[in-house]
Amino acid sequence: MTSQKSMKDLLAGLIFIGFGLAFGYASLTYEIGTALRMGPGYFPLILSGVILLLGVVIFVQSLAAGPDEIPLGRVPWFGLILLTGGLIFFGVTVRGLGLAPSLFVATFMSAFASERTSVVGAFLLATALTAICILIFIWALGLSLAVTGPWLRF
Amino acid sequence: MDLLANLGLGFDTALTLNNILYCFVGVLLGTLVGVLPGIGPTGTVAILLPITFTFEPVTALIMLAGIYYGAQYGGSTTAILINLPGESSSAVTAIDGYEMAKQGRAGPALATAALGSFFAGSVATLLLAVAAPPLVNIALKFGSAEYFSLIVLGLIASVALAHGSIIKALAMIVLGLLLGMVGQDLYSGQPRFTFGFFELYNGINFVSVAVGVFGVAEILRNLESESTRTVLVSKVENLWLTKEDFRRIVSPILRGTGLGSILGVLPGGGHVLAAFASYSLEKKLSRNEAEFGKGAIEGVAGPESANNAAAQTSFIPLLTLGIPAHPVMALMIGAFIIHGITPGPNVLTDEPALFWGLIASMWIGNFLLVVLNLPLIGIWVKMLTIPYRMLFPAIVAFACIGTYSIGLNAFDIYAIVVLAIIGYVLIKLDCEPAPLLLGFVLGPLLEEHLRRAMIISRGDPMTFIERPISAGLLAVAALAIVLSLLPSIRKKREEVFVEED
Repeated sequence: MTSQKSMKDLLAGLIFIGFGLAFGYASLTYEIGTALRMGPGYFPLILSGVILLLGVVIFVQSLAAGPDEIPLGRVPWFGLILLTGGLIFFGVTVRGLGLAPSLFVATFMSAFASERTSVVGAFLLATALTAICILIFIWALGLSLAVTGPWLRF
Repeated sequence: MDLLANLGLGFDTALTLNNILYCFVGVLLGTLVGVLPGIGPTGTVAILLPITFTFEPVTALIMLAGIYYGAQYGGSTTAILINLPGESSSAVTAIDGYEMAKQGRAGPALATAALGSFFAGSVATLLLAVAAPPLVNIALKFGSAEYFSLIVLGLIASVALAHGSIIKALAMIVLGLLLGMVGQDLYSGQPRFTFGFFELYNGINFVSVAVGVFGVAEILRNLESESTRTVLVSKVENLWLTKEDFRRIVSPILRGTGLGSILGVLPGGGHVLAAFASYSLEKKLSRNEAEFGKGAIEGVAGPESANNAAAQTSFIPLLTLGIPAHPVMALMIGAFIIHGITPGPNVLTDEPALFWGLIASMWIGNFLLVVLNLPLIGIWVKMLTIPYRMLFPAIVAFACIGTYSIGLNAFDIYAIVVLAIIGYVLIKLDCEPAPLLLGFVLGPLLEEHLRRAMIISRGDPMTFIERPISAGLLAVAALAIVLSLLPSIRKKREEVFVEED
């Protein structure tokens, strides 16, 4: 984008305004109370107002500021999806599949998130990491996590 | 003398085999993450925090502290050898340290960094031991109004000292405070901002916040542009300093130690600021100013001493007031709480063995660091070449297991994902993540003290101004914000931090 304003500040301002509105709206549904006996909504409402104000200042300043020195740059979508996907997979399956299979898939996915890692490389890395983690956490530190879970028992 | 008796107690605690071992593990890990790319002490402490839950409290804190100051050592190694500061405070070291390495003097540069750090760390730890008890006595007299103002000052100062936009950093603090509000209200039990999730009633797990924002978001940032490191010096030889070198580094080390000790107490980027301040001071005082930037040994000795002294004295606000000066300190507050200890002035009176044991362990840790870093430098040089693509899956694995093991709750893992995405977007928009974490940890405390102070004062907000200590703290906070917004200071600030990026 070549417009004469700071895109980074513009977006940051909008995000903070969004957070301010969302938290402020939710705060209003709680009891506000008085300055003497503050209810659960009192302090969050003040904070929401402050962040809303800061967001507006950042937004307005962005219109006056020159373009960003360092442009926004690309987003590593492939890595983002694999990395967060791996974490979510771990959360969903760690109880059912157990630590070893769940961690293996999660590390395989995150290893593959790098553009420079091949399928074989990711496979080897995930195998090694799973083995190391089981050695450290289960064997050495005695963490009480099941290595294989109920979904794998027939 | 009290101090000697206390330190005796400290060494009794710290010198047990178990504690020495974990102190060693801590500084080893610290050096490692300082040397390795893409992971800093904050992420490491967050990931390893859950594992320390099974330890004795003092052992856990000794290890976590070791990671923090160990990373300052490791960071200077990468700064000197590959011109990539592992830690922001080592950025200045890279200026002259890397030049020295190019001239084949990597050995003396590393030795200077290690000796300076060791001396500074030892002196600053002594200062911590001397200064802490009187400060605790003052802090014990603090009421809710004083604590409220103190937290406000801490948060504001952390912004004024950091680099980047002040308004954005303030917004990050407030966002952190708001995220800290999630969960049941302390007084009424009303669940807030939980979206009906029962798992959020106890608030967002702070390990999830730290791992998400400092661990995973950072990985995403690094995946944007994957690069390979090139190491200039594959073998470091001749670590000895010449007599001339020794003569030249003595005063910079002494001055750096003094400067660092004072600035380290300040919240936020105290250790970063200390390193920069020391560098410009040495440059001004030196007779061969022209040599700076071209491999002046003073330019390594001063800043390295300063940042290590600051790393040590930044424990003062944590141990005396329970107020963190750095994101790692914020995590250590979490470590205290999880072990059932309320951080603050009562630690000294209620848990003297823990307090003095932690301080004593810093000497042991600093000594271990010199041993680890000088003779074993060859190993670290090899570590420098480990590619990042092999490292970050390990970070993900440790983060998964560590976070999950806290409460065997998958929800904490999902929280990492959400916070990583929020963190990544905000970091991409040039918002610093450190103020967010400080705000998150201090949010509940701030609200509690505000509400309590208002009840005590019968709803009169003037209480914060009428009580002299509270008024003084707020005045300093206001001054800090006004000063940092002044155009002339702002320009200066940009100059100071310009070389960091």
